[in-house]
Amino acid sequence: MPFEVSDLAELDAPDKEYLWTLNFGPQHPATHTTLRLVLTLDGETVVNAVPHIGYLHSGFEKLGEHLDFNQYVTIVDRMNYISPLHNEISWHHAVEKLLGIELTPRCKYLRTILAELMRIQDHLLNTGTCALDLGGFTAFLYFFQQRELIYDIVETASGQRFHTSYTRVGGVAFDVNNAWVDKVRSFVKGFAAVHAEVHRLLTRNRIFIERVKGIGYLSAEDCINMGVTGPLARASGVLRDLRKDEPYLAYPDLDFKVVAAKDGDCYARYLVRMQEMVESIKIIEQCIENIPEGPVNVDAGGKAVIPAKPSVYRSIEGLIQHFEVMMPNRGFPTPHEEIYAATESPNGELGYYIVSDGTPRAYRARTRPPSYIHFAVFPQIIKNHQLSDVVAVLGSLNIIAAELDR
Amino acid sequence: MSAEDALKLKFAGADLAFSQFRDNHRIVVPAAKLFEILAFLKNEQHFDMLAEVTAVDYLEYEGAKDRFGVVYVLVSTTSGERLVIKTFVNDPEPLLPSVYSLWKSADWLEREVYDMFGIRFSGHPDLRRILTPDEFTGYPLRKDYPLKGRGERHNFPVLTRAES
Repeated sequence: MPFEVSDLAELDAPDKEYLWTLNFGPQHPATHTTLRLVLTLDGETVVNAVPHIGYLHSGFEKLGEHLDFNQYVTIVDRMNYISPLHNEISWHHAVEKLLGIELTPRCKYLRTILAELMRIQDHLLNTGTCALDLGGFTAFLYFFQQRELIYDIVETASGQRFHTSYTRVGGVAFDVNNAWVDKVRSFVKGFAAVHAEVHRLLTRNRIFIERVKGIGYLSAEDCINMGVTGPLARASGVLRDLRKDEPYLAYPDLDFKVVAAKDGDCYARYLVRMQEMVESIKIIEQCIENIPEGPVNVDAGGKAVIPAKPSVYRSIEGLIQHFEVMMPNRGFPTPHEEIYAATESPNGELGYYIVSDGTPRAYRARTRPPSYIHFAVFPQIIKNHQLSDVVAVLGSLNIIAAELDR
Repeated sequence: MSAEDALKLKFAGADLAFSQFRDNHRIVVPAAKLFEILAFLKNEQHFDMLAEVTAVDYLEYEGAKDRFGVVYVLVSTTSGERLVIKTFVNDPEPLLPSVYSLWKSADWLEREVYDMFGIRFSGHPDLRRILTPDEFTGYPLRKDYPLKGRGERHNFPVLTRAES
């Protein structure tokens, strides 16, 4: 619900003097990042909540208009920094759709594995910190240890643990080797045990359930009307997953289920996320054993693609192509068109609206950030809850302020 | 009958431009008919989700006739279809009807368009700046917004420790 002036007048009335206002954030451990809520409280009950955002606004979309399609990947990384590689995959998915580039099979599988690792990484942090905020420290530590293993895998592939800048137009920066494949295999093998352990710690833990069950209810109709997507919508019974509805990368070849629940409360969201990790592991298992051989990047004959390093060093064509792509005054031609392309990020539908004016820089690079849409729902679902539930609901919405403000 | 055919039938007199690029089905509609068309798509067709509202400033775009384009991405959760609806508005008073009464997701999305481009939405219940501070002047994502020089942040009052 938007904040309305009539609400305020009602809350300011003389007989409502017992209401008091609490400022929550911008610096508060439970907001995880920088966002602010102004809560109006009746005793411990939240009567009204007004979110104030923009503390981390840093003009990412403006930067997108001045960096080329490969350079901007370093910026999209920093939007949802809980699963940075997925943003890169989404961004280049949109760019490749604009340019009409069809990826090689190897690249599709590689990106699928990384996207699912990112989904696991995001859900690990979200369920871990959600439990942490509600007093369950152990699950957080177990899950963070698994995140460390994913960092290792990503570092082996790209040379960076966190902000990897790994994808490129038409492929990825470096191909992976067998050592990387073994690392993913051993992660997959070990993950089930930790996941089961956290299941035992939380899923039937009475303290945890009492804090999350029936809290922050969101109906399926509200989800659709308010644009909510991803695990939040699926926890309310909206069966929508872009991996199935608008298949991209290697998803059409793979066998996996869309996880959904009916309750629409924080507990259902927790369960959906937990089960989605199991499905992601299933996807990775299928992909890692079937990575096709062959080149990882699209043939550099297509002008937009950075050529392989050996050909840059050893052939004049490769060197020319490298210069054409890299030099700021050269660049490759792009269609005079606009496109909206979305992928299923761990948090929901992550879309990019790109307007291209024929140069390798976007004329407009709009991000549709799931966190932004989801945070708009917060004032409605927190009404008439206790103050302590604010933390539980914020945790289950998975608001990443860098993506929220961009 | 597809939604596009239904639109052609229902708004036969209106100036609608249909096009397709990759898998995006796009319709350019006149601003005066915008609300009516979106309401038709929501209530009589099955586009129950508004995924995205955004704007583009065409000031420096080659061959553009209008200043701003406002884009609505509609999704049908039953059939999985998408439609991209675009309309144009111009200076000096860019104004469009708010679609908050149709989809609540328009609330923050329209506020962001207002904040970044200065396009106003009539009938929006709470059209305030959202990402920039309330005192902010200017619209950062417009193409004529200066990239260099001393800007708004230098005009903010500086509180010293003695005053606070």
